[in-house]
Amino acid sequence: MFKFIISKLLYLVPTFIGITIVAFGFIRLLPGDPVLLMAGERGVSPERYAAITEQLGFDKPVWQQYLQYLGNLLQGDLGTSLVTKKPVLDEFMALFPATVELALLAIIIAAAIGIPVGVLAAIKRGSWFDQISMAGALVGFSMPIFWWGLLLIIFFSGYLGWTPVSGRISLMYYFEPVTGFMLIDSLLSGQEGAFKSALSHLILPSIVLATIPLAVIARQTRSAMLEVMGEDYVRTARAKGLSPRRVVGIHALRNAMIPVITTIGLQVGVLMAGAILTETIFSWPGIGKWMIDSISRRDYPVVQSGLLLIALIVMIVNLIVDLTYGLINPRIRHK
Amino acid sequence: MTDASTTVKVSSGAIRRQMLKDFWFYFSRNKGAVIGLFVFILLVLTAVFAPVLAPYNPATQFRDALLVPPVWQDGGSSRFLLGTDAVGRDLLSRLIYGAQYSLFIGIVVVGVALIGGIIIGLVAGFYGGWVDTVIMRVMDVILAFPSLLLALVLVAVLGPGLTNAMIAIAIVYQPHFARLTRAAVMSEKRREYVTAARVAGAGNLRLMFKTILPNCLAPLIVQATLSFSSAILDAAALGFLGMGAQPPAPEWGTMLAEAREFITRAPWVVTFPGLAILISVLAINLMGDGLRDAFDPKLKRS
Repeated sequence: MFKFIISKLLYLVPTFIGITIVAFGFIRLLPGDPVLLMAGERGVSPERYAAITEQLGFDKPVWQQYLQYLGNLLQGDLGTSLVTKKPVLDEFMALFPATVELALLAIIIAAAIGIPVGVLAAIKRGSWFDQISMAGALVGFSMPIFWWGLLLIIFFSGYLGWTPVSGRISLMYYFEPVTGFMLIDSLLSGQEGAFKSALSHLILPSIVLATIPLAVIARQTRSAMLEVMGEDYVRTARAKGLSPRRVVGIHALRNAMIPVITTIGLQVGVLMAGAILTETIFSWPGIGKWMIDSISRRDYPVVQSGLLLIALIVMIVNLIVDLTYGLINPRIRHK
Repeated sequence: MTDASTTVKVSSGAIRRQMLKDFWFYFSRNKGAVIGLFVFILLVLTAVFAPVLAPYNPATQFRDALLVPPVWQDGGSSRFLLGTDAVGRDLLSRLIYGAQYSLFIGIVVVGVALIGGIIIGLVAGFYGGWVDTVIMRVMDVILAFPSLLLALVLVAVLGPGLTNAMIAIAIVYQPHFARLTRAAVMSEKRREYVTAARVAGAGNLRLMFKTILPNCLAPLIVQATLSFSSAILDAAALGFLGMGAQPPAPEWGTMLAEAREFITRAPWVVTFPGLAILISVLAINLMGDGLRDAFDPKLKRS
């Protein structure tokens, strides 16, 4: 197992270096003078220009600049936002829990509905349930989620007036963040109605974000179940007279879950891309909206480091999925 | 099969016809795929005949008819079947012209990504060794970023606009094609027919493009179909975020972005462009499912 972990980690080193090169190169590819772009100032005097150039290291050869960038990264220095003048990493850490809360609830919704639907569809292959749920999954998979979000706002917020349109919690409530997760913090604060308010803000965005993963998980679960149901050990379990529930629940489902877990893990990238759209529609103060706002404000240090951090998160989650996969399935790890 | 080809002389044209017939047999068994194909053909016809079909020019503003609801709602008018937007442009005409954008985006993105991916994948798979390692590591890096995010940042570098959005999306999609091509080439290149062609004196380029590539096409076609629909979705998303096609272009995503502030007052300006995106993407995905089933020998047997 130890060797397996080390080999997976070593495999990531070139990818990590590649990601840093993309983030580093991005600023230099932008049209315009990178010094002025990174300084974010107008009408810079020649002395000030020279000072900034030296401060940012633009006077050195590119490979030295890259090594300096990498050195800073490893020390946790990701630059400073041009707009807020705060360290990018601090901003990221402040906004990240909002995105995690949204993404976690989305993936819970997606798995909690997608897996049972997929299993049922596989067991009742060809039934109306199978056909309708798989048609629904294909619609979900094809959904422009930014439009889906607007439709839900029109119906639930506009027409029914049930849910708020934007933000994480009503302005009536204020409490210091403890965990950063509004659902937990609102409970901890003990304020009446705070939890309900937080939940009502969270529900529509998480449904929107869950849509595509839900469709993918349902389809994947169905095909994994169908494959497993044809295996010899399932036939043996049936032949020895086990109840259908035991056959499906214990023998088939456990084995079918292995590819499904991988699929769920691979949805992290999808969730990150979806978060950009979802957070924009619902004005959700997470890293997706932060990235979009920074791109439109030309806050390039934020865009540069945000890109890097999001790619690192996706990479780390995929690594964890790989390791879990090796843990569940010994055949992978001894290959 | 070898017996048949030695005893009966079959022209390559006849084989091709038979293969097409087989393909259509499996494809047409999937009802969804046939519906998808039908809707897709409608979409193509709409795009081609947009100037004939559209009642008005998509940019004409009727100043006397702002935010007119669709014909079946109170206050609707038969002049504008699906209503008008905030500056009085006919929604139906804009949707019809929007089909041109979506198809154009799909074709350009898939074309660029497919050609780039095939060349890169062929080179990596054919030469192997360090060439392969370097190329595939670069592909891994591109795949490490969520595609929409990387496309967004690329557009930020290149500048907002439809052309740049298409380039960005094509760059992001290209590794999928490169990987598929490489995997297919790796398994094909050790086969006897490739060795035979090499012995017969075929050069590397001929081996790559004429001998190996045609036998790797099936997974690429399926991936191309799926990428076609993703490209439409992602380009619409970029348009919606203000980084794709710019107003007043009647691109569906851009139309949604313009319509956002009227969602409570005029839901129809939001509903129809999104519905157009959903139907197109759904139709193409249905086709993709059918293609995969028709190409997949494992499913054919069952």
